[in-house]
Amino acid sequence: MTGGTLSAEDRLGACGDDFYDLLIRAHDGLDFTASAALNVRLLLILANEIGDFETLKAAVQRASEG
Amino acid sequence: MPRHCPKEHPFKTPPELTAGAPPGPYRVAIIGAGPIGLAMAIDLALQGIASVVLDDNNQVSSGSRAICWAKRTLEIFDRLGIGDKMLEKGVTWKIGRLFHGEKEVYSFDLLPDDAHKMPAFVNLQQYYVEEYLLERAADFEDLIDIRWLSRVMREENREDSVTLHIETPEGDYSLNAEYAIACDGARSSIRARMGLKFEGQHFEERFLITDIEMEEPPFESAAPERWFWFRPPFHSGHSALLHKQPDNIYRIDLQLGPDADPVAEVALDRVLPRIRAIVGDRPFAVDWVSVYSFTCAMLDQFVHGRMIFAGDSAHVVSPFGARGGNGGIQDVDNLGWKLAAILKGKAGPSLLASYDEERRHGARENIKNSARATDFMTPKSDMGMIFRNEILNLAGDLPFARKLVNSGRLSVPCSLAGMALQTAAKIDAPIAPGLPCPDAPLQGGGWLLNHLGGEFVLLATGKSLPRVENIKCLPMSREEAVISLYGADLLYLIRPDQHVVGVFASDTEAGVIAGAMVRALGFAVEKEKVA
Repeated sequence: MTGGTLSAEDRLGACGDDFYDLLIRAHDGLDFTASAALNVRLLLILANEIGDFETLKAAVQRASEG
Repeated sequence: MPRHCPKEHPFKTPPELTAGAPPGPYRVAIIGAGPIGLAMAIDLALQGIASVVLDDNNQVSSGSRAICWAKRTLEIFDRLGIGDKMLEKGVTWKIGRLFHGEKEVYSFDLLPDDAHKMPAFVNLQQYYVEEYLLERAADFEDLIDIRWLSRVMREENREDSVTLHIETPEGDYSLNAEYAIACDGARSSIRARMGLKFEGQHFEERFLITDIEMEEPPFESAAPERWFWFRPPFHSGHSALLHKQPDNIYRIDLQLGPDADPVAEVALDRVLPRIRAIVGDRPFAVDWVSVYSFTCAMLDQFVHGRMIFAGDSAHVVSPFGARGGNGGIQDVDNLGWKLAAILKGKAGPSLLASYDEERRHGARENIKNSARATDFMTPKSDMGMIFRNEILNLAGDLPFARKLVNSGRLSVPCSLAGMALQTAAKIDAPIAPGLPCPDAPLQGGGWLLNHLGGEFVLLATGKSLPRVENIKCLPMSREEAVISLYGADLLYLIRPDQHVVGVFASDTEAGVIAGAMVRALGFAVEKEKVA
């Protein structure tokens, strides 16, 4: 991944449905606040995995557009 | 008044209820003359095996029920002899549109694939499929004995046969068959009487399913489309699906929520405003209405001694992804040649177990996919709903999000790789053992798949044509379309259900291929060698 741009292509590929299932199951049994907290932890961990400020900036910007 | 009026089939007095020597024993008894039971009888008849088909009713299904038939199913139906009729009558749709609220999020075009005889999908009411199967069954009058108004009341599963006790309008009788196949549907009485565990995930959500007849298409062009809506403006908060069937019949599925009253919702004064909200001023007539909720569940074992379960009696799925009817037809495809080989004394002891192994794998995959689609459509928590809706928000221009949108992962056949009958490939080949054979056009006209199936075939893409006992060799070294899919200089051993069971280099010795054939018939090759 190069700094400052987001991938145009689908990088999840064949594991997309598995990932979504994993994500939803991780929230099973949590109330809304606990779910939100799980999302924040996950976001922070994934941000560290990306580790590139320009990419993170682009992601925050894209997400803010709704 | 439904547009389709099914013919009532007369009860015919069976030989058991007339004077004279009792007939039988029978080779196979099939319980249920729905699409699965009828297809089963035809597949067995193609193998020369006679069957008695028992049904407690006397007509094909009312209501369109299963309508979406996938490519692999069409290929199986083509092998059984009704593929062309289905293509001719069915609606071949290729444009799919997905909406979120007022917006179209994306559309897709299942481009026609000139390399295959069968399209990705054909929409056709289940009653037409059953009628075509009945017409086809009539071609085998010596082998297929369909008995209407014949209800199985009790079964005795013995070591070497099954006895069925049958109730008819003219009295009760029993018959004995070497094997019985329970194709008696999602609410299988046989499964219930045998006390078999049938557990899974029940979804509380209720859906309204409506067929309407309407002259004027809702689409902008004449080409039929599949429309799916998440939270459409006309049906607040829920999902909706619209599909076209033949005879200008449209299927509309509306999610109603878990609290909907199934009795109140089928009343016309409740249904009509919901439909008008979708089709506007176009005149239409309601053809069929039903409210349903569903369960995803399967049996732990499909084979119980001499009683074999196939179709909905063995596994039920949510309708999203069209994996019910399509999954059941693949059970038939898998079981037909195996049971025939067993009855002809050509199979090894584990061939029937391989039906259980392979089709339970298929059922698990179908359940997984249809349950996931249902989860996406009906999120169970507020956070789940936020995830779902934000995926839809991003799906307009981010391809990864579009791929996560799940309005049903449409039925594709599973791979049987690594299972007992398949011989692992020692070479790289484009089609690995366990996969169904893809179709290809042949130079002289016609299609590859019409040359496969019903028996073991060795498809040779090189010049070498090894002679192996009981295997027909199919030389394909001059067929460019076949070689581009299957690769050059290879030998594919293909099962009677058109699945690759082994692939070898062209110069492989006949003995090695014969060994793969022995394994494919359910004999333990490796263990014998070790011993």
